[in-house]
Amino acid sequence: MMNFTEIQEQARQEWDSLQSGSVPVIAVGTATCGRSAGALGVVQAFEEEMSEKGVEAHIVEVGCIGPCYAEPLVNITKPGRATVAYKNVTKKMVTEIVDNYLKGDDPLPHYTLGSFGEGTVENIPRILDTPSFKPQERRVFRNCGVIDPTNINHYIANEGYNGLSKALTMTQSEVVEEMKKSGLRGRGGGGFPAGRKWEAGLNAEGDQKYVVCNADEGDPGAFMDRAVIEGDPHSVLEGMIIAGYAIGADTGYIYVRAEYPLAIRRLERAIEQAHEKGFLGNNILGTDFSFDINIFPGAGAFVCGESTALTLSIEGKRGMPRVAPRPRTTEQGLYDKPTLLNNVKTFSSAPMIITRGAEWFASIGTEKSTGTAIFALTGKVNNCGLIEVPMGITLREIIYDIGGGVADGGRFKAVQTGGPSGGCLPESLLDTPIDYDSLDEAGSIMGSGGMVVMDEKTCMVDVARYFLDFTEIESCGQCVPCRLGTKQLLDILKDICAGKGKKGDIDLLIELSQSVHGGSVCGLGQTAANPVLTTIRYFRDEFEAHINDKCCPAKVCKPLISFRILEDKCAGCTLCAKSCPVNAISGEKKEVHVIDQGLCVQCGVCMEKCPKKFSAVECLSPKLPVAPKETTEVVA
Amino acid sequence: MEERLSAVLSPYEGRKDALIPILQKVQDELGYLPDDAMLEIAKTTGLPESRVYAVASFYAQFRFTPRGKHTIMVCRGTACHVRGAERILEETERSLGIVEGETTEDQKYTLETVACIGCCALAPCVMIDEDVEAKLTPQMVPEILSGRNE
Amino acid sequence: MSKVTLTIDGLQIPAKEGMTVLEAAQASGLYIPNLCNHPDLKPAGLCRVCVVKMDDWKIAISCKLPVKDGMVISTEDPEVQQIRKSTVELLVANHPMTCLTCEADGDCELQRVAHYVGITQENLNRYRRSVRSIPIDRSNPFFDFDHNKCILCGICVRTCDELQNINAIDYAQRGVDSIISTLANKPIAESRCESCGECVIRCPVAALAPKGAQEPMREVKSICSYCGVGCGVMLGVRGQKVVSVEGDRDNPVNKGSLCVKGRFGYRFINHPERLKTPLIKKNGTLEEASWDEALDLIAEKFSNSKGDKFAALASARITNEDNYLIQKFTRAVMGTNNIDHCARL
Ligand SMILES: Cc1cc2nc3c(=O)[nH]c(=O)nc-3n(C[C@H](O)[C@H](O)[C@H](O)COP(=O)(O)O)c2cc1C
Ligand code: SF4
Ligand code: SF4
Ligand code: SF4
Ligand code: SF4
Ligand code: SF4
Ligand code: SF4
Ligand code: FES
Ligand code: FES
Repeated sequence: MMNFTEIQEQARQEWDSLQSGSVPVIAVGTATCGRSAGALGVVQAFEEEMSEKGVEAHIVEVGCIGPCYAEPLVNITKPGRATVAYKNVTKKMVTEIVDNYLKGDDPLPHYTLGSFGEGTVENIPRILDTPSFKPQERRVFRNCGVIDPTNINHYIANEGYNGLSKALTMTQSEVVEEMKKSGLRGRGGGGFPAGRKWEAGLNAEGDQKYVVCNADEGDPGAFMDRAVIEGDPHSVLEGMIIAGYAIGADTGYIYVRAEYPLAIRRLERAIEQAHEKGFLGNNILGTDFSFDINIFPGAGAFVCGESTALTLSIEGKRGMPRVAPRPRTTEQGLYDKPTLLNNVKTFSSAPMIITRGAEWFASIGTEKSTGTAIFALTGKVNNCGLIEVPMGITLREIIYDIGGGVADGGRFKAVQTGGPSGGCLPESLLDTPIDYDSLDEAGSIMGSGGMVVMDEKTCMVDVARYFLDFTEIESCGQCVPCRLGTKQLLDILKDICAGKGKKGDIDLLIELSQSVHGGSVCGLGQTAANPVLTTIRYFRDEFEAHINDKCCPAKVCKPLISFRILEDKCAGCTLCAKSCPVNAISGEKKEVHVIDQGLCVQCGVCMEKCPKKFSAVECLSPKLPVAPKETTEVVA
Repeated sequence: MEERLSAVLSPYEGRKDALIPILQKVQDELGYLPDDAMLEIAKTTGLPESRVYAVASFYAQFRFTPRGKHTIMVCRGTACHVRGAERILEETERSLGIVEGETTEDQKYTLETVACIGCCALAPCVMIDEDVEAKLTPQMVPEILSGRNE
Repeated sequence: MSKVTLTIDGLQIPAKEGMTVLEAAQASGLYIPNLCNHPDLKPAGLCRVCVVKMDDWKIAISCKLPVKDGMVISTEDPEVQQIRKSTVELLVANHPMTCLTCEADGDCELQRVAHYVGITQENLNRYRRSVRSIPIDRSNPFFDFDHNKCILCGICVRTCDELQNINAIDYAQRGVDSIISTLANKPIAESRCESCGECVIRCPVAALAPKGAQEPMREVKSICSYCGVGCGVMLGVRGQKVVSVEGDRDNPVNKGSLCVKGRFGYRFINHPERLKTPLIKKNGTLEEASWDEALDLIAEKFSNSKGDKFAALASARITNEDNYLIQKFTRAVMGTNNIDHCARL
C-alpha cells in the first residue's frame, strides 16, 4: 500500500490536472437542495448540449454551494480565469451559456451571481465583495461546493486526511489537548466543550469504546449536517477517525436520518474509499491503530437526536432517553461502553484543528465561542440558504446583509433560532451577537442552527402552536410533564388560535411551561416550552388580542379571520370565483362578487387571485358575522 | 410473502440488536409491516413479540397498513410552515379527498407529513416518492398530483 | 452496607447506603408522593411526582436519587410543589374521574397523590380536559385492561419483564398516543400473557383490574392448594365465601407472587358443584358416603391389588412430602414401581 505522501501526491496530480487543465470545469451543485431545484436536469442538459456542439469541458457534481435561493447553481471555470457562478440555471440557460461562454467569450453577466477564485472576468463582480458573502467565513463548508464528494482524491488534495496523518504522530493526550485549546464547542446545540468530552472519553475505563456521530438533524428547518455529509463526507469520517484514535475506540457509528438517502449513499461511498486508501480498517496508515465506521439509518424520531436515546436506538430499542441520575455517555453509552458522541460539524471541524492548529481555529469567533457558526437561514428572507459566519456576528448582519432583508418587502417581526427548543427574538434584540451564551440569555438557544425569519404576516401565537404541535408529536411519551404537558400547552394554544382562549390562559401557559421545563426527563421536554415562553415574553399583545378581542393581528388564524370583497373595487372579473376551492364566491361577470361567509374556508386564494390593479379582496380580523341570506341578495 | 420474508430474515438469526435494520429491510421488501411479519421477526431474533411492535410503532418510518402507489409527503418544517405549508396540506387533502395519514381508496396515493425534507430554502415543499416539488402554492397542487396520474 | 443520615424537610432520618431517598423516606414512615415506583422493581423515574429539591439547588426525583450522608432534601420547596402540582393536575385532567364506580376506589395511588397535592375544581377548570376513549380489553378471563385509566407508569411492563420474564406487554406508539400494548394492539388474551396477574396487583390505578373482585370483610392466611410449591396466600373472605386471593408477601416461598391458578382460580372453593364428601358407586350411581366408609373400601380394594396390577398417579396439588409418601407407599406397600405424577405431563 502507498504511504500517505504518495497518496497525497497522486491526489494532487488529479486535482491539479482538473483545475489547471486546458478545458473548462463546470461544477454543478447536486446535493438534495440542488436536485429539488432541478440540478440533475441541468447536468444532463450540459452533457447533451456539449456533445451536440462538440464543446469540451469537465462536469463535476459538487455538494451544496450555500446560497440555496439561487439553486440550481453552476460554477464555470475557464482555464486561467476566475470562476463564474450562475444562478437559477434552467435548461434554456444551459444552451445560452454553452453557446456564449463556453464556445464564445460572453459570460452573460445577467445570469450570474458573481465570480470568485484567482483571476477576473470582465463585467462580473467578485462574490466575496458582496454584502451577502463578505461576512461569511467558510471553514466547515470549506470543501462543500468545491470538490466532488464522491472522489476521495479531491478531498485529499485539499488538506484531506492531513489531520489524521498528523494526529497519528501525536499522543492521544496531545490530540485531546489540541481540541481543548481550540475552544471548539459541540455543534449539536448544547455547546458542550468538545475537547473536554474527548478528554472524558480518553479517561473512561474500558477495553471497548465507541465513537458516534449524531447526524439525526431533527430540527425541522435545519439542513446543514446533511449539506456537510453530502458535500464533504470525508471530513466527517476523518474527524471520527481522529476521535477514535484520541480516545482509544475501534468502532464508529454514524446515526443518519432515514430521510437523507443521498447523504447515506455518499457516506457509504466515502467509507469504501477510505478503506481502499487505508484510512479505515486495520493498521491505519501503517500504525497499529485500527478503526471502522458503520452507518445506522435512523427511523424517524426527533428525540433520537438526544444522545442516550440515540444510542438506545442503535441497540434496537425504543428511543426513550435514559433518566437521570445516570452515568455520562462518555462512561456508559452505546452497549453500556464508553462512547464519544458528537455532532457532524463538531467532527468535521476536528481535522482542520489538528492540521492548522488550535490557535488558528480560535482566531475567529468570540472568546467563549470560537470558530464559526452555521445557520440554515430560511423563512421570510430574501437570500435563503446555508451560511457560515464567525461567532459574534449579530442577528441583524445575518438577516439584513447576508440574507438581503425580509422577503417580498415585508416588515421584520421575529427571528426564530434553535428550532423547537429555541425561541423567537423580536426586532429589539437584533443586535444580539451570535454565540452560545448571548442567545441563551435572550431566551433562545444556538441549537443546531435553524434560523427562521418571520415577517408581520406571521402570527406568533400560531408559531408557538406550531412548535408545540411538533414537540407533542415527537415527545417519546415516557415522562408525564412532557407527554401531557406539551399536549396541554398545545390544546390551550389551539384554543387561543381558534378564538376560544380564556382569561387566565396566558398565566396557565407560563405556569405549565415552567413545570414542564423543570419536571421533564430530557432536553426535549425541558426546552419544549421555550417557543411559548419567548413568544409570550416578546409578543404578549398578540396573545391578548387573540384571547380578548378574538383578533389575529397577523391575519393567520383562520377561525379569527374573514375575507370580504370590496364593492367599490371589484370589477367583476370572476377570477376569484373561478379559483375558490369551495365555490363560496358568487357574482355575474362585470358585477360585484360576494363571498358566502358560511361557505368560505379562509384559504386566501381569492385574495391572491384578485388582480393587483383591483385589489378588491380584503382580509379582516376579528371575523365578520356570518351573513344572513337576505344581505347577500341586497348586495347583488 | 413467506419466501421473501425468510430471505430477508435469514442473516439475522438471534440478532436482537439488529431490530431496526431488520424492520427497515422487511418494510422495504413488503411495503409495510404485516402482523405476521412482526411475529416472524420476533421468532428469528428471539425478541418478545410485544417488543418488536413496541419498537416498530415508536418510529415514524414504520407502517402497519399497505401504502398507496405514490407517497406524498407534505413538509411541516418551520421554514415551510411560515411560508404556508398548512395551505398546501389542506389543498392536497381536498384534492385527494383524504386526510393526513390516509391512503386513497384506489390505493394510488398515501398522504403524509414529514418534519423537514431539508429543502427549507425552497419552501414550501412536498416530496412525492423520491422527487421534491419546491416553492409551491396551493394552486399548483392539482397540477403536481396529476403529473403522477399513471 | 454503611449507615448514613439525611435530612428530609428538617427531619433527620437514618438510611443505608444504596437506598434511594424515596426508600429511606418510606422506611422512616414519611410519605413522598409517587406513582411509578414499586418496591419490587427497578426505579423508572417517569411520573416525576416524587420530585424533591436536593441540597437547596438541584431538582431531582427521589425514587432514583441515591442517599448520601448529610444530604438535605426538601419536598416542600416552591419549585418542587409547582412541578408536582402541575404534573398531578395534568394526570387528573386526562383521567376519567369515575372513582365511585371504579375497582381501585379507596386503594388508588392517583387518588392518593391528587388528594395530597390538593386538586381543586377551580384549578382543574383551567385545564383542557381530554380523556381517551379506547375500548376496554376484556379478553382475559381474569382481568380487564382499561387504557383510559392507564397513567403509563410502566409498572406492568416492568413486572412482566423483570419479575415474570414473559414480556407479554410493552410500551407502544409514542408521545400522547403511547399505550401499553401487545403485538399490534391485539387483545391481551391473544398474547403470550400467562394471566399471572402480577401486573394487575401492582397497577397503581384501575387500568388493570381483576374481574368481579369484591372487597373482603376479613383476611385468612393460608397456603395455595394448587401445587407443591406451596405459595402463601391471603384469602379474602366475606361471610363463608372466599372473594379474593392475594399473595402473602411475608411467605418466604413466594414472597407475594402467585401464578394464574393460585391468584384467580379460587372460585372452585364456593362452587356449587364442588365435591365435599367422597362418592361411592352403588348400583350404577355415585352416592355420597362418609370418609370412614370410603377409606375402608379403598383399603379393601388395595389389599387385593398388590403388585404390578396396581398403579398410582400422584397429584401436583399436594405437597412434596405427600408425594414422597405416595411413591413410598406404592413401592414398599403395594410392591410396584408403577408410579407417576400429573405434573410430568
Ligand atoms: C430532543 C433532542 C434532540 C437533539 N437533536 C440533535 C440532533 O438532531 N443533532 C445533534 O447533533 N444533536 C442533537 N441533540 C443534542 C445531542 O443530545 C448531543 O448533545 C449532541 O449531539 C452532542 O454533540 P456535540 O457535543 O458535538 O454538540 C439533541 C438533543 C435533544 C435533547
Ligand atoms: S422529556 Fe419528553 S422526550 Fe424527553 S423523556 Fe420525557 S417524554 Fe420523552
Ligand atoms: S378565502 Fe378561499 S374559500 Fe374563502 S372565498 Fe376566498 S377563495 Fe373561497
Ligand atoms: S378577482 Fe377581484 S376584481 Fe375580480 S371578481 Fe374577484 S374580487 Fe372582483
Ligand atoms: S383509577 Fe383511581 S382515580 Fe381513576 S377512576 Fe379509579 S379510583 Fe378514580
Ligand atoms: S398477567 Fe402476568 S404474564 Fe400477563 S401481562 Fe401481566 S405480568 Fe405479564
Ligand atoms: S396499566 Fe397500570 S401499571 Fe400498567 S402502565 Fe398503566 S397504570 Fe401503570
Ligand atoms: S422546513 Fe420544509 S423542507 Fe425544511
Ligand atoms: S415515583 Fe419517582 S418518578 Fe415516579
